Amino acid sequence: MGHTIIITVISLGLLALFAAVILYFIAQKFKIFEDPRIDEVLAALPAANCGGCGFAGCRNFAEALVKAETFEGLNCPVGGASVMGEAAKILGKVAPVVDPLVAVLKCNGTPESRPRTSVYNGVPDCRISHNLYIGETDCSYGCLGKGDCVRACAFGAMYMNNETELPVIIDDKCVSCGACVKACPRNLIELRKKAKKDRKIYVACSNCDKGGPARRACKVACIACTKCVKVCKFDAITIENNLAYINAFKCTFCRKCIPECPTGSILEINFPPRKPVVETEVEATTVNPDV
Amino acid sequence: MKTFPVGGVHPPENKLTAAIAIQHLPLPASVAIPVSQHIGEPAAVIVNKGDRVKTGQMIAQSKGFVSSNIHSSVSGTVNKIDTVIDTTGFRQTAVFIDTEGDEWIETIDRSDETPVEVILSPEEIVKKCLESGIVGLGGATFPSHVKLTVPAGKRCDTLIINGAECEPYLTSDHRLMLEKGKEILIGTTILMKALKVSKAIIGIENNKTHAIDHLTRLSSEFQGITVYPLKVKYPQGAEKQLIKALINREVPSGRLPLDVNTIVHNVGTAFAVYEAVQKNKPLFERVVTITGKSLLKPGNYFVRTGTPVRSLIDAAGGLPEDTGKVVSGGPMMGKALPNIDVPVVKGTSGIVLIPRSESERMEIQPCIRCAKCVSACALNLEPYLLMTLSEKGEFERAERERITDCMECGSCSYTCPAGRPLLDYIRLGKSTVIKMARKRVSN
Repeated sequence: MGHTIIITVISLGLLALFAAVILYFIAQKFKIFEDPRIDEVLAALPAANCGGCGFAGCRNFAEALVKAETFEGLNCPVGGASVMGEAAKILGKVAPVVDPLVAVLKCNGTPESRPRTSVYNGVPDCRISHNLYIGETDCSYGCLGKGDCVRACAFGAMYMNNETELPVIIDDKCVSCGACVKACPRNLIELRKKAKKDRKIYVACSNCDKGGPARRACKVACIACTKCVKVCKFDAITIENNLAYINAFKCTFCRKCIPECPTGSILEINFPPRKPVVETEVEATTVNPDV
Repeated sequence: MKTFPVGGVHPPENKLTAAIAIQHLPLPASVAIPVSQHIGEPAAVIVNKGDRVKTGQMIAQSKGFVSSNIHSSVSGTVNKIDTVIDTTGFRQTAVFIDTEGDEWIETIDRSDETPVEVILSPEEIVKKCLESGIVGLGGATFPSHVKLTVPAGKRCDTLIINGAECEPYLTSDHRLMLEKGKEILIGTTILMKALKVSKAIIGIENNKTHAIDHLTRLSSEFQGITVYPLKVKYPQGAEKQLIKALINREVPSGRLPLDVNTIVHNVGTAFAVYEAVQKNKPLFERVVTITGKSLLKPGNYFVRTGTPVRSLIDAAGGLPEDTGKVVSGGPMMGKALPNIDVPVVKGTSGIVLIPRSESERMEIQPCIRCAKCVSACALNLEPYLLMTLSEKGEFERAERERITDCMECGSCSYTCPAGRPLLDYIRLGKSTVIKMARKRVSN
């Protein structure tokens, strides 16, 4: 009995040794050099594998960073400047300053401003609703409210507001990975430059119809009246396809366009209440007759 | 008795209006005639606001080969050219006409005679179909002149006339066969002449025995036309299933009936072709079934295109209280309308009012792998798989699984005990795959 065990141990041991030697030589022969910096950079990345950088995952992006001559065009929106700075330090390069972005919804069609004209009781999936018909309202461009973007968000930065029936983006959590932009079948979500204190000014409408039909479908639709274009001193506003667009990189947040908009389709978000400029003037005029 | 061998379902027939004769719907006060009532390029509007038009006058001209002319269905003044939500559920250009009297263009033969002899040559027949805006009236609305032009290198030896009407509720083809049997047979002869074939088969499901008897009796006067009864099974009216059932030829995946030397036309189309060729009447009215379990006076009507669905419902006794959905087409393949001001178009075979109790969807539950959808599919597809692939965005794989073969008959969704929205997702996948394929071709 003992004899058998010894023979087994020795023979298997020899077999293992033999295999190990072969494997060693094979490993030497087919050795692939991998830059050790890839792992270092990977460790610095957020490991979200969200695809926001345009690569398949964080490792893919790390490889691209190591291979790249400069960091031009490469950016991890999730990690932002700190992560890119760290990666640059590891690789001895300079990370260019990239403006952080944030997602905004270019539709403000709440049930009050955009009356429902039909009821959709099919599958709660925006893609299907979009393929099927113009939607529950008369606006064939606006939000369908079935939450494809919310399901696409891997960072918990979106939720559906049951009152407005529109998705809400939580600025602090949004990493501008662009998953929601791809998920929306109506292309309603745009990544815009993130400003100080999360301030935003943008046209919350995507209706490309002419003024009349757009207004009939939704009270807060952009009717392409060009008033905002005329008032803007910085050439930040353009009109294309009956729709105004504010370039976030040119906009100086002067807020002159907002009172001009007759439908209120331009939104100002996270601004302090306006200084009561108008009211003082009114006071002055009311005071004068008394004098 | 003949039928197709693979798949199929047996939904309750509910042919409530089978015994009700076709009436003429009173002319509506105004019509909205969409410029795209067919597959292919929308027609180009050739009238202006304020123009006087007569019934049958062309108001939009076909653009390109796969397109169709549109004719005014009433006489009156063009009120505006604007957009309207049509039966597809999307907005598109339409010509709005206010009705004033009913003055037809002089070229239309309005006598009661039914001329049997076909004088026109095959080329002239095709031209006439193009001029008269004839499209397939079975529902797909494919321009008929395209189907009558056999491309070089292809050959056609059998014409099939589709009188299956396998959709539940609908009886427009059934009534047409009973009341306009002779005209349909003359239309068939015209189609045979245009395609230069000597054999035509009319396939009718045997829940329409009167129509089968009637057409069989009449067809003895016409050479080369035979009438075949078919076993009732949905979707027998689908082109490929009908060809398989009648002449046992299988159209390969991704190919057309012409690849097995066959052409299929609907009985409604045969009637429209008769009217165009023998009576010079363009296609501006068709038979529409208005039906529903709660409807007071369901019926079959000759309806002018552009008539709002609302007037059709009013003629049938008004919208019942418990209406859940108003469906254009049959309950299996039809589409629920977003509102009832949608105009009737060339492809509208019926309007079905479905009570709320029957229109609600089942709760979506997980797939239980019962494979009922696979058994129901008449095209040998795997609907459960195609749905999952579309849902997860695996469109390349869906393409390999032949998602584009799906004819959207809805048998899978109908049969699913777990209430899964199989067809909804397959349709999504199919449209995405078609877009992908187009992009590939253009690149």
